This record gives sequence, C-alpha cells and structure tokens, in this order.
Amino acid sequence: MTAQTAMTYVRAFLVGGAICVVAQLILDLTRINPAHVMVLFVCLGALISGLGLYAPLVEIGGAGATVPLTGFGHALFQGVAKNVATEGPVGLLTGGLRATALGLSVAVVSGAIVAIIFNPKG
Amino acid sequence: MAKNRRSTKSKARGTARALMARGVPGVGRSPGKRSEQVERYKQLAQEVGPKRPLARNVLAAFVVGGAICALGQGVLNYLLARGLPKEEGIGLASAALVVIAALLTGIGVYDVVGEFGGMGSAIPITGFANSIVSPALEFKREGYVLGVGARLFTVAGPVIVWGLVVSILVGAVRLLLGAP
Repeated sequence: MTAQTAMTYVRAFLVGGAICVVAQLILDLTRINPAHVMVLFVCLGALISGLGLYAPLVEIGGAGATVPLTGFGHALFQGVAKNVATEGPVGLLTGGLRATALGLSVAVVSGAIVAIIFNPKG
Repeated sequence: MAKNRRSTKSKARGTARALMARGVPGVGRSPGKRSEQVERYKQLAQEVGPKRPLARNVLAAFVVGGAICALGQGVLNYLLARGLPKEEGIGLASAALVVIAALLTGIGVYDVVGEFGGMGSAIPITGFANSIVSPALEFKREGYVLGVGARLFTVAGPVIVWGLVVSILVGAVRLLLGAP
C-alpha cells in the first residue's frame, strides 16, 4: 500500500469519526432520540451540500464523508442540482431519488431478504 | 357495555382523586396539562436512568464510526483501482456496506456493535441498513405485508421523507436565487 492510499484510510477514519462524534454529542446533550438524529443528519447533509460546503468535505474525507447519513443528504441534493441543470425545474422532483436509487434499492431489497431468511432472536 | 365503561371510568377517576388527596404529584391534572406531565416523566426518567459517561460515548462513537468509514474507504479504493468512475464507486461502496450491515443485523452481530458504538454505528449508512432490517425482523410474525413490508420503513421512512423534502426545498431556493 502506498503512503497516499494509507492516508485515504486515515482521512476517512478522522472525518467519519468526527461526524459521528457530533451526532453522539447531540444525542447525549439534548433530549432527542437516535431516529431524530439520523433524520437531522440527512437534512443537514442536504443543507450543507446546498451551500456548496459538502463537496470539499468529500474531497478531504472520501468515504468518511459519503458513508455517514450526511453523505446521503449530500447525494440527494447533488441529484437535485444535477437534474435541475439538465431538465429544469422538474429536476427538483426527479434528481434526489434518481441519484440515490442504487443505495435505496439495495437497502430495501437486502433488508427484505434478510428479514425473510433470518428469525428474530429470543 | 356503555354502563360498564362508565363505571370503569368513574373508578379510574376515583383512584386519581384518591392519589391527589394523598398529594401524589402529576396525578389528576386536567388533560390540557398533559405535556407538563410528559415533561415531568422525562425529567424523572433522566434522573432515575443510568448515567452514561459522555466522554466514553463520544470516544466509542469516534472509533466505531471512523472504523466503519475506513472500511467503506477500503471498498471504495478497491473499486477505484478497478477503474470505476468516482461517483459510481462511492455509490457502490455504500451499497456494499448496506448489504454487509443487513447480514450482520440478521445474525445479531450489528446490535452488539450498536450498543457499543452508539451514534458511531447509527450514523454511517450501515446504521441505516440496521434500522431497516431490525424492525422488519422483529415484526416478522405480523406477516410479510404489514410486518416485514411496513416495518422496513420505521426509520428509513422518516429519513427518506425529510431528506427528500429538504433536498427539494434547498434546490428550489437555489433555483429561485438563480444560483449556478
């Protein structure tokens, strides 16, 4: 492994870990529950992406920025921006789901398959 | 039937009155003050519940969240080395993590990770997968339509709904402002 490749792991760890730390602080210092924090982070990701500040974070952190749920929000907004550029205002409604179709489909289908195959414990 | 219900109700009211007479707080207040009671319950729950040290939680979130993202970076690096464009690689790497997390949830391993990592295991996309599989599995006995099918979206639903709404709103505002 080259030093350059090794650094991508370090940066992913640091950026991804830092995002999770912010989430943990919000969870522990306020009274909202984990599901709220997850929703909040997707929305924050879309917002930060809209301000043009999330793409630089992806440049720095790589998967450390795209794997957390803020990265999902970023993907949603990037899809919106891309389709608005190519299709006009209709792109507002088509971009988000189109850009995240792979992740959502895989999540739903693998979730359903696992729930069919396995049984709950206890 | 109606008579029965009325008698139960008056009995319940009687109990509440008795408790009120004994000075038990939070009992017998008007329904309008329900939010006050909820607040009081939350306060009590927080006082009585076990206190988890903040520093430990934050450290665990950092380590677990960082490790999951580093794993994602490993998948991404592999895909990029095989010549995939960056955007596709990012999507596929996340999808791979989702499949891994779904399986780990199925065999009951991810819940252990979740207990240790807190938000470090919930915020990465693997936590999203876990939030899909976990309730679907738990409510399997309610059938494949209203059990598995509906409960898949217990957390994923709100995440998709508000993520979509906010991203569309942000896009609309940018469009109105004439941003490039």
